[in-house]
Amino acid sequence: MSELRFEGVTVRYGATTAVDDVSLVVPPGSVVGLVGESGSGKSTLARAAVGLAPVCAGLITVGGAPVPSRGRRPLQMVFQDPYSSLDPRMSIGESVAEAMPRGAGRAERRAEVARLLELVHLDPTRAAARPAELSGGQRQRVALARALAGRPQVVIADEITSALDVSIQGAVLNLVRELQRELGLSILFISHNLAVVRYVATHVAVMRDGRIVEEGATDRVLAAPDHDYTRELLAAVPGLSTPTRSPR
Amino acid sequence: MKRWMSVLRTPVGLTATVLSIGVLVLAVVAPLLWTDNADAIDTDDILAGPSAQHWAGTDNLGRDIFYRTLVATRLSVELALAATVIAVVVGLLIGTAPYLLGRRPGRVVLAGTNIAVAFPGILLALFFAVIFGVGAKGAVLAIGFAGAPTFGRLTQTLVAGISSRDFVAAAHVAGVPRLRILFRHVLPNVSEPLVVNATIGAGAALLSFAGLSFLGLGVQQPAYDWGRLLFDGIGSIYVNPAAALAPGIAVLVAGLAFNLFGESVAKGLGVGVVGGIPALPPSPEALEADAPAAEQAHGSGTDLVLDVRDLEVAFPGPTGPIRPVRGVSFSVRRGEALGIVGESGSGKSLTALAVSRLVEAPGRVDAARLDLLGSDLRVEETKAQRRLLGTSLAMVFQDPMTSFNPTRRMGGQLAEGARHHQGLDRASALARAVDRMRAVRISEPERRAHQYPHEFSGGMRQRAMIGMGLMGSPALIVADEPTTALDVTVQQQVLDLLAAIRAAEDVALVLISHDVTVVGEVCDRVLVMYAGKIVEDLPAADLAATARHPYTRALVAAVPDMDTDLDAPLAVIPGRPVDPADVPAGCAFAARCPLATARCHAEEPPLEADGTGRRVACWHAGEPIDLEVDGSLLGRDEREEVEAR
Amino acid sequence: MALASSVATSPRVGVWSHPWVRFGVRRLGRLLVSLWVLVTASFLMIHLIPGDPVRAALGPTAPAALVAAKREEMGLDDPLLAQYWHYLQSLFTGDLGTSITLQLPVSQVIAQRLPATLALAFLAFAVAVAIAVPLGVTMGVRTRRGHGRRTELAFTGTSVVLGIIPDFLLGVLLVYVFAVTLGWLPVAGNDSPSAYVLPVLALAVGPAAILARIIRVEMVTVLQADFVRTARAKRLPARTVHLGHALPNALTASLTLGGLILTSMVAGTVLVENVFAWPGLGSMIVSSILNKDYQVVQAIVLVYGVGVLLVNTLVDVALALLDPRSMIRED
Repeated sequence: MSELRFEGVTVRYGATTAVDDVSLVVPPGSVVGLVGESGSGKSTLARAAVGLAPVCAGLITVGGAPVPSRGRRPLQMVFQDPYSSLDPRMSIGESVAEAMPRGAGRAERRAEVARLLELVHLDPTRAAARPAELSGGQRQRVALARALAGRPQVVIADEITSALDVSIQGAVLNLVRELQRELGLSILFISHNLAVVRYVATHVAVMRDGRIVEEGATDRVLAAPDHDYTRELLAAVPGLSTPTRSPR
Repeated sequence: MKRWMSVLRTPVGLTATVLSIGVLVLAVVAPLLWTDNADAIDTDDILAGPSAQHWAGTDNLGRDIFYRTLVATRLSVELALAATVIAVVVGLLIGTAPYLLGRRPGRVVLAGTNIAVAFPGILLALFFAVIFGVGAKGAVLAIGFAGAPTFGRLTQTLVAGISSRDFVAAAHVAGVPRLRILFRHVLPNVSEPLVVNATIGAGAALLSFAGLSFLGLGVQQPAYDWGRLLFDGIGSIYVNPAAALAPGIAVLVAGLAFNLFGESVAKGLGVGVVGGIPALPPSPEALEADAPAAEQAHGSGTDLVLDVRDLEVAFPGPTGPIRPVRGVSFSVRRGEALGIVGESGSGKSLTALAVSRLVEAPGRVDAARLDLLGSDLRVEETKAQRRLLGTSLAMVFQDPMTSFNPTRRMGGQLAEGARHHQGLDRASALARAVDRMRAVRISEPERRAHQYPHEFSGGMRQRAMIGMGLMGSPALIVADEPTTALDVTVQQQVLDLLAAIRAAEDVALVLISHDVTVVGEVCDRVLVMYAGKIVEDLPAADLAATARHPYTRALVAAVPDMDTDLDAPLAVIPGRPVDPADVPAGCAFAARCPLATARCHAEEPPLEADGTGRRVACWHAGEPIDLEVDGSLLGRDEREEVEAR
Repeated sequence: MALASSVATSPRVGVWSHPWVRFGVRRLGRLLVSLWVLVTASFLMIHLIPGDPVRAALGPTAPAALVAAKREEMGLDDPLLAQYWHYLQSLFTGDLGTSITLQLPVSQVIAQRLPATLALAFLAFAVAVAIAVPLGVTMGVRTRRGHGRRTELAFTGTSVVLGIIPDFLLGVLLVYVFAVTLGWLPVAGNDSPSAYVLPVLALAVGPAAILARIIRVEMVTVLQADFVRTARAKRLPARTVHLGHALPNALTASLTLGGLILTSMVAGTVLVENVFAWPGLGSMIVSSILNKDYQVVQAIVLVYGVGVLLVNTLVDVALALLDPRSMIRED
């Protein structure tokens, strides 16, 4: 598997700078968590990586090669809202198949769809089901299967559990960890929830106002944060009586 | 297709469909059958009124107006359809151009469309009629081009709506080319509204055509459509009104038919998407709600702020009432913080709305007791009671973005209640509002009071909402997911504020949340709701360690916190939350529960209190649950074996 | 949101940062661009007509020398850009050309005809709004959340049908019933106050029905909004909640669509004037088109277009006054 590398990436919308000179590396086969609050630019960074946001400056590479802005990409993305990320008029099998590389035969495609659905713990006989028949958690599994269908070297997961009910969130997080372990994927895992990031990611980067203010190994950053803002975020995690409250 | 058929089931839809088909059939058949009758000249009988021979009289050449009206159907419909096709084709080109061309050229197309749409269709039609010349061909082009901007604008809006959805983004990322995305993902998803609007557009084109012909700018002699007949008929309206009325009615019926057909299809398709929730009739057993045992558990009645017994909320459903809250009993004492947790559909928010008398008809609230500060809230609302609620009950809602009136200044919105209930004048109410904004730590409250809600940040708005509740002297704050829409650091500030107010003023707090950790941090006591009932009532401190209901325990284990074991998988609750319209018999959680036995599926466990004031509704409360390595809980079959032994 | 985005926005200082100033500048800019498009379109109109407009106007029997002289007078033989420049210049001086058929300055023709059309449009406008707003609000309150199903059905059914009937057909019908059969009101003209009744009704009923329906729908939507729940949580009387909180928001939402309906009334005068032989611009433009008196047509199209643009601008200003968010929405 390859590494995902951002080098001095800047994204501007009009006069607004959403991402400001960000450099970040997702090493091969590891999960890097990206945390930050709404408007911090973390989702924009993700969209820039897959070519959905305009990059003004800097370079985004996968395995050393720049990400193409057209055609097949070596990285795939899973979106936040499972109700908007699947075409309501396509069966889930078609949605998964669409993301597969061209050139395979019909039977081959069907077998691959079944394999992918099984991989995300969905019944492969339901490939003909429409998204409306599935729950939010199941849709998010389909979205994961579709991302994997593109044979990506890197997967970007953008707040994939925040629209789910708590009882379902755990199952999706388990699946992410399992897939990462079995397929050795490199994953950029974006979330506003520190506890979730702590659970899936080995490295963590903290973003604020378009910049990365701190990054490092997850246990180090959470145990001994360097930056005031990280401390503030940690102090705000509910139900936590941490020793890391920032001195006021 | 099934949804299209549903259009036929409404009386209006059926009538419109029959009429539309009738008009189309007439358009094909009439010229074949009656052209001779329509063209027969009878100079002895010109400009005659209606008679048995000529139902609508005759024109200035003695031709039969009734037959001429029938025969004119074809030309009228043909021209209208031709104009509609032009409008749709040009409109589709305009409408998809911004998507295909990309940002900059797209914006030019958008701006151009915006300007064109501002001009009314008839004005554009006149403009084009001058260019294309007077006559049928000119009128078709004129009406077609005049309709194109509207249709193009509609297409633009629809395409923009779909193309901003994540599945289109996902297709981009998967490397699907733009044009292919347009045909595969975007157009199929906008086709229904486009077809519907094209139908309505055909009706409008028919009427516009009549308009142009009526002005003498459309069809010219000797050809005739309805508008031309109308134009000729109105000249002789004193002699034979039927000559104008017959084509007038024909235009109207055809125009209405197409229009109403389109509208009812639109409505039918809309209903098809939303409706269709199956609902069970309420089971009589369920009505014997929670055990009254808890009544004694919570001390004397004197310091009770809120006392609720057997609260039920019901809404009418397609096949009987849906009951999202099914018998909930609890009380809140002065200064106490009570949390209510549950997933979406558990009835927690409706419980909050019901105890604050904010459930609107057709929703119905029933309770054996519903007392706020000793005042019975079940009776008809009086002025005194409104004042009590207005001053002693504060509400905080989930979404601070939408919970303030966007068209009014913040200060006024805070002051409003005080002016009504406390009789303050404008100035002193505003002064109090500024004071309260300061109390909830909004900086520069004087300046802020003159601002509009959109000028506040989310956290500030939520604090203002709390400040609004503090305008009176609240004894109870009901906060429904007050921090769900906020960022974590802001969430902490709001929770801290609520805690501070509670401590300072001895106010009771009911905090509703889906987040166990939030409730655990803020509250003294927690009610866990599932499928409209309380399944467990326990001190917040005991949540993590000694919760006894399997649902509570799974809820706590499924959410990672900062101490979660990184090597073990998270607990998983299989299945999905119960649909309030379809609550199973027995324990509602049984289908997802690792401890469930035959009894659980048949008999609903009562909410029983133990000696310490904790309550739980489970036949297997506190029994051990084994976690398997793969993360799924112990299978039900194995569990039942254990039970059988 | 506002806070988050303002952090990264480049700072703008002084008068230009005031939302009203920015709104005014932007709106004025749009008005000017639209005006330019309108003027250019009306200029091009004459040149897009196939054949020679002067020959068409004077008829096939007119001597060639007269046609040539007229073309010379109108400058039709100059290069197109020169003509355009000349057209803009004369517009600024109020010179709209001369009517071929009436042999009068076009500006004079318009000055004669405009008041009648304005009177008709304004009255119809006022009547439509006076009917639609109270009706829509009442229906919205009475039929919210599935209340009053029968009332809703009756209202929606009636308003859909009334909204579809084109104004000229309604005019014919009104003439037939009230003027021809009953003889209560005059058939045509504008000489007496009673002559206004039928044309104004013909013009106002359809838009009023559509507008009332829009206002009802918006009212129903707004009554379900979170901030209405907030107002109810303040235990304000129902009247205050409906009129003080719901109505302004329902009106702002209706105005966007309502604006289009109001502009369509401006154009609707063309047809209604022809039904009632109303001596305004509408009857003038039609006879001019038929007489191929293109200078007059061009000028009247311009006048109608300017009227539409002015109504649009007024609607936007009203929207900004009612809802401060609409000023920044397009930023």
